[in-house]
Order: sequence, then C-alpha cells, then structure tokens
Amino acid sequence: MLFAVFLPAILAIFIPFLSKWKEKIHTGYFVLLAPLAIFIYFVRFIGKDFDTVMEQYSWIPSLQIGIDFYLDGLSLLFVLLISGIGALVTFYSIFYLHTSEKLSHFYVYLLLFMTAMLGVVLSDNVFVLYSFWELTSISSFLLIGYWNYKERSRYGALKSMLITVFGGLSMLGGFILLSIITNTTSIQAMIEQADVILSSDYFGWILALVLLGAFTKSAQFPFHIWLPDAMEAPTPVSAYLHSATMVKAGIFLVARFSPIFVMSDWFFIFVSGIGVLTLVWGSFMAVRQTDLKGILAFSTISQLGMIMTMLGFGTKAAIFAAVFHILNHATFKGSLFMIAGIVDHETGTRDIRKLGGLFTLMPISGTLAFFGTFSMAGVPLPFLNGFYSKEKFFDSSLHLNEYTSELANLLSNAIPYLAVFGSIFTFVYSMYLVFGTFLGKKQFDQLPKKPHEAPFGMLISPIILVLGIVVIGLAPFLFNETILAHAAEAIYGEPVKAHIQFWHGLIPAFYMSLAVVGFGIVLTISRKGWQSIYRFIPGKLSLNKAYDFILAQLENSSAKITNTYMNGSLRRYMVLILLTIVICCFTALGLTNGFAWDTSNLAPITVPEILIALAMATAAIATIFTNNKIAAILILGVVGYGLSLLFVVYKAPDLALTQLVVETITVALFLLCFYHLPNLTERIESKAVKSMNVLISLGFGVLMTVVAISAHNTKLFDTISEYFIETSHDLGGGDNVVNVILVDMRGLDTMFEIVVLGIAALAIYGLVKLRNKKGAE
Amino acid sequence: MKELSLILEDEVIPIVTIICLVIISISIALLLYRVIKGPTNPDRAVALDAIGINLMAMVGLVAVLTYTTKLNDVILLIGILLFIGTIALAKFLEKGVIIDRKHN
Repeated sequence: MLFAVFLPAILAIFIPFLSKWKEKIHTGYFVLLAPLAIFIYFVRFIGKDFDTVMEQYSWIPSLQIGIDFYLDGLSLLFVLLISGIGALVTFYSIFYLHTSEKLSHFYVYLLLFMTAMLGVVLSDNVFVLYSFWELTSISSFLLIGYWNYKERSRYGALKSMLITVFGGLSMLGGFILLSIITNTTSIQAMIEQADVILSSDYFGWILALVLLGAFTKSAQFPFHIWLPDAMEAPTPVSAYLHSATMVKAGIFLVARFSPIFVMSDWFFIFVSGIGVLTLVWGSFMAVRQTDLKGILAFSTISQLGMIMTMLGFGTKAAIFAAVFHILNHATFKGSLFMIAGIVDHETGTRDIRKLGGLFTLMPISGTLAFFGTFSMAGVPLPFLNGFYSKEKFFDSSLHLNEYTSELANLLSNAIPYLAVFGSIFTFVYSMYLVFGTFLGKKQFDQLPKKPHEAPFGMLISPIILVLGIVVIGLAPFLFNETILAHAAEAIYGEPVKAHIQFWHGLIPAFYMSLAVVGFGIVLTISRKGWQSIYRFIPGKLSLNKAYDFILAQLENSSAKITNTYMNGSLRRYMVLILLTIVICCFTALGLTNGFAWDTSNLAPITVPEILIALAMATAAIATIFTNNKIAAILILGVVGYGLSLLFVVYKAPDLALTQLVVETITVALFLLCFYHLPNLTERIESKAVKSMNVLISLGFGVLMTVVAISAHNTKLFDTISEYFIETSHDLGGGDNVVNVILVDMRGLDTMFEIVVLGIAALAIYGLVKLRNKKGAE
Repeated sequence: MKELSLILEDEVIPIVTIICLVIISISIALLLYRVIKGPTNPDRAVALDAIGINLMAMVGLVAVLTYTTKLNDVILLIGILLFIGTIALAKFLEKGVIIDRKHN
C-alpha cells in the first residue's frame, strides 16, 4: 500500500525526462500508468467479505508519528474514486492539452496531487493525514495557477490557497488537541476513546477546529468562494480536483471523524446546518452564472452541501445515502466538467449566452450532457443514479434522530423544506445548463470557432462516466453490498444494510421528488421573469467582495501599523527602545518589590569626590546646551578627564591610565572628523516632543540610579575578589592584581577584546580605503 | 624632634593636602567656566591645558594623601597627553586638520 500511495510521486520525478519526447508521445500516456495500476491494485479489495487492512511504517517514532495506512470501506471508496477518475482525467487531458503546453509541469503537479489525495484518505495517523492534506492544498494551488500568465488564474490560485490553508491550519490545531486528550495519534484509537473526547473540556474547540478544516476544503458556506475562482484551472483539473476528489476531502474528514462527534447535538447543528445552507445557497447562485464551469462550480458546492447535510444526520439511512451520493456525484459531475471542457475546446467559449443549438453539431456530447444533468437534477427516471440518491436524501431528512436541544429540533423540522427548496433550484440550473447549451437558438456566428464534434479520444472518458451513471442506476445491487455498505459501516460504526431498490413505492420522498420536478419546470420556463430577483438577493452583498475587502484591509492596516513605528527615524527607534526599557524595568521593580535602600555599608564621602562629581556634572549638563561644535567636544573631554580623576581617587591607577589615553584619542578623533560632524543648531521641535524627550531621559536616568542603588544594597553572595588578591602572586606571578586578572585569570576576555580592536581597525581601513570603488554604490 | 615629625605626618600633612586640593578644585572650577563660556575656541584650548596641569597636581596630592607611589605613572602620562593634545588642538585650530596629507 505504501508503494501504491507513493507511486505517483515517484513517477513525478521522471516526468520531466519523459516529457522531452512529448512531440512524439504525449506525456500523459506515461502518467496514465500510475492511476491505472493503483486502481487495479485496489479493485481487488472490493467484495462482500471485505476486511479492514492496517499497514504501519515507521517515520518519527519518538513523536508517535508513523506512516500508518488504514484501509476500510470508506477509504477504499475514495481510493477507487481517486485512481479511477484520475485515470479517466489523465486520458481526457491527453486530448485536451496540446503538446505545446508545458506538459511536464502539469503532470508533475497532477501526480503529486494524486499521491497527496491517496495519502489523505488512507492515513491513520492524524499528523500524516495533515501532511498529505497540505500537500493537496499546495498541488491544487499549482494546478489552478497552471496558466500563470493569466491574472485570473493567479488570483484564483492564491484565493484557494489562502482559504484552504487557513482551514488546514485550524484543523491541525484540532488534531493536536485530539492527540493530547487521547494520548494517541491514530484515528482508529481515537474513535475507541470517543467518550473521553466527548466529555473533555476542549470538545467544543476540537469540533469547531476540525470542522473548519473540513468546511474550507469542501467549499461549504461561507468558505465556498474559492471554488468558482478555481475554475480558471484547465478543465481536467476542474473535473478531477473540484468535482471528484479534493473538494471531497472535507467530506471524507467529517465522515472519518463522525463516529467521535456524532453523539453531540452540535455536530448535527453545525454539519447539517451549514450543509443545508450551502446546498440552498449554492444551487440558488448557480442559476445566476453564465459561465458553464461557473454553473458547475456552484453546483458542486451545492451537492457537497447536500452530502454534508446527510453526514450530519448521522442516521443509518442518511449515511448510506451520503456514501451513495459521493459515488454518484463523482460520476455525473466528472462527466459534466469534461463535456464543458469539450464545448469550450470545440467552440472557443464557455459563455452560455453565446452558446445554443449545439446538439445537431455535437450529438454525442449532447447526449452525454443530458444523462449527466438529468442525473444531477434528480429527475425521477429509474436509470439515473442521481434520482436514487436524491430520493434517499429526502427520505432520510424526514426520519431524523430525536435531539435534546431546541435548536437541533428546530433545524431538523426545517431541513426537509430547505432540501426541497434547494433541489428545485438544482433542477432549474441543470435544465438551464443542458438546454441552454445544446438546444435553443442557434447563434454560431457569435462563436470564436466553428463548432464540431470532439475527437473520439476526448469523448471516451465522459462516455465511461456516463456508463457509470447508467450502470449504477440500473444495477445498484452491484455496488450496494460490495462497497457502499462497507463504506457506510466505516462511518456509522455498525454494519449497515440499506437496499437501493428499483422502485420504493409511493413514499413521501417520491412526492417530494415530484414536487421538485413540478416547481422546477415552472421556474425553468419562467426563468427570465424572476431572474431580476438576483438584484435583491444577493444584490450587492457578495462574499467575494467581503473576501477582497478583508484582504485589502489586512494589507492596509498592517501597512499602517508598520508605518507607525517603522518610520525610518533613528530617534523614533531610540524612543521606543528606551521607553520599553523604562516601562518594563519599573514594572518589574514594582511587581517584585525590588527596590532596596540601605545606608549601613556606605563609605564616607570625601571633599575631592564631591568636587570632581560637581565638575563632571557641570560639564555634562553644559554639553547638552552647547551650540558650538568644538566646545561640545572639549567639554566632553572634561567629563572624561574627570572620570580618570575619579579612578585616581578610587585607587585604580591602571584604569586611570587607560581612561586618560582613550579620552585623549577620542577627543582627537572627534576633531579629526570634525568636518563631517553636523552643525549644532537649535532644533525646532514642538513642546510635546521636547517634553517627551526630557521625560524619557529623566525616566531612564532615574531608572538606572534606582537599579544601581538596589543592586548595591542587595548582596546575595560574597565577592570573589579576596581570592584574586590572595593568589595573584602565587598563581599569576605578579603583584598587579588587575593585570594578572586580565592576562592570567581571565585571559580569554582580553584576547577577544584585542580581536574587537583588530576588527574595528580593519573595518575603519576598509571604510576609508574601499569607498567609491565598483559595487560600493 | 621625633614627636614633631609624627605630628607633621599624621595631622599637618593631610590638612595641608586637603587645603591644596580645595584650592586646586576652585581653580579647576574657574577654568571650567572658561571652557564652557569661551568665548573663543583658543580660550577653551588654553583652559583645557591648564585643567590638565591642575589634574597633575591633583593626582600628586591624592598620592600624598593615600601614601602611594602607584600614581606617578598617571602624573607623567597626563603630562605627555596634555602636550600631545594641546599640540593637536592648536594645529587643528590653526590649519583645520590634525594630520597633513601628502596628496594635499
């Protein structure tokens, strides 16, 4: 199984080499091998007596992260969809993409996506699942932006990336909480501890975060906005990612975790509530679209909402219907996307307003489209699979669990009506899609190309999918117990037996279907009459505008925030640094009661000290108020000499010597670069700024004084200076303790200070000598 | 005689030294006024030079006060630095630069 999952990724490594011969053999033929092989490998598992398979491979054992693959009915269904439709889409893309395109890029992304998707559905380890999950986001980003010279492609790719990665990250948060609470990283082990999770304090967070991941990926309201923009991708990508596989990853996630969550009322409220809202909104909005793929995108959103709603019900019948519809939706939506691609390819436009009456020219595509759309609409014809799953949906919406909370009960009463309402619009857009394209007014003069039937190779994939529609429709028993029942069992936790029959009798669900068709026909015919409603709902309120607004606001406000402190002025930065130090240190001093005042071990103050201190203070204050450059430098020199005198008084001759020399050199250096020093002038500053400066500098001075006093009065340990004085002669062989410390006891510090001086000297030399040479600008 | 020298050492010398220190401090303070006030830069340079000489005296007095010979180096160093510093200042005030360049 490990090899099966990574086969596409391994093949992807060789694609760039294989694509060198793309003029002779279309690269897609090589790619086709991977999904076919995977499909054949997994198709063996189908059967009544299917049993789950667990394979474990070590990856990061210390973090309990291993590449563990768990194959049960649910993942088998998804694996077959991914590999089966993957093969069909690859075959379709061979005829869709011309060899002048960058084929190697396309197929590398596609194969990466395939691996990622297989990994998502097969992983048992939540963190491995997350890794594959993000890989799907990235590869889908690359695929949507495949024609990266188009501005709309880049916009769509970025949008889908931002939204799905946002969801993916919150899902990771949910996973981390889950793994901490259950102390395991395996999904199956988590399901066994469902009661622990349900009773945990963080259950609400887990539910919200994991569902956020699922909703963003599966384009649920209000995160559905990325999907219509992802239609800028090549049609094979739309057919594969945005109908059959990636958008169902969220569905898969909800299904996978529903044994844990299903006991909670909130799961029903969130999943079914959002699902039914998505269903209604998606189908309502689909009617407004004029682009074939736009209609299909909103239709996908609405169908995903329907599956989500059924998963939220959590009853046996609903879960079976959900699994069944996952299969059905993949077949008819895949074929419809391919036909939309064919129409685009053969006529040069996807705008439904320009299309019409194509049936005479494209009879095969037209027939296929009729099957696909009628199945999608759930028209009560017994050879269409969409009808069955829609009827099951209505049926299960009428038989919901009893809920304890009022909100859940209210929702469960409203859902059948909402379901019918949404389905009416589903019917309307399906009919609009097929009749608007293939029947009606012929206006071939408006088309960029002269339309004609597609090449046969392009038609093979949709034909196979439409055959799937009919086969599932006519012989549901083939799929019922062999695969669907296992998948439903994996979600529900107990064996599920539900029979899709040819004729269910005159149950309420059938009347609901009839009502949908009846109202749907009326609305379809009168579509022109009521279409002005879109001017009021949604009117000017658009979620896309909200997204653009949020994005623009994020950029603007972060730019504003950055500009408030990053204004390029050194003065501002100094103010911020000093203010931070003053505020933090005073807060810390206040909180820890750190100020200490103790006069017991102070030395007596002598007259020379007072005099020197007065002189230094006078000079220091004078420096601030001087307007003459040389005077400022000289007065600063007084401070330095005063300091050396202080060293003398405090009996530190070595320090005094060094200080004298350094002070002299500093003053000399100031004079040396005198020309380049700015002229000291009275700075024109507002009073607020001036007083702020004074306040900050006073604050900083007071702070340092307070800290020094406190530090002096807080003696936690004895000093080690006694040791140096005693041993300086015996160990160091010298009587000058300072020098013995500098070169013997702590010679390392001295060495690096020499290095600092050396570097400074080299740097000065470099700055002076190497200026105005090439590259210096 | 011996008692007299003891009295000299213990009482008279410290008192005299401190008086000298105070007097030198006053002269430094007056010179400091000159440094700050100016009015011309040569005034400041000369005042700084005089401050340096006073510093030498001060260090010597401190050495007497603390009975140490360790500060003699400091006195000599101040002397050298003062000389160099004053020359540099003077050259700067006269020519505008301290080190002449051949290429000029």
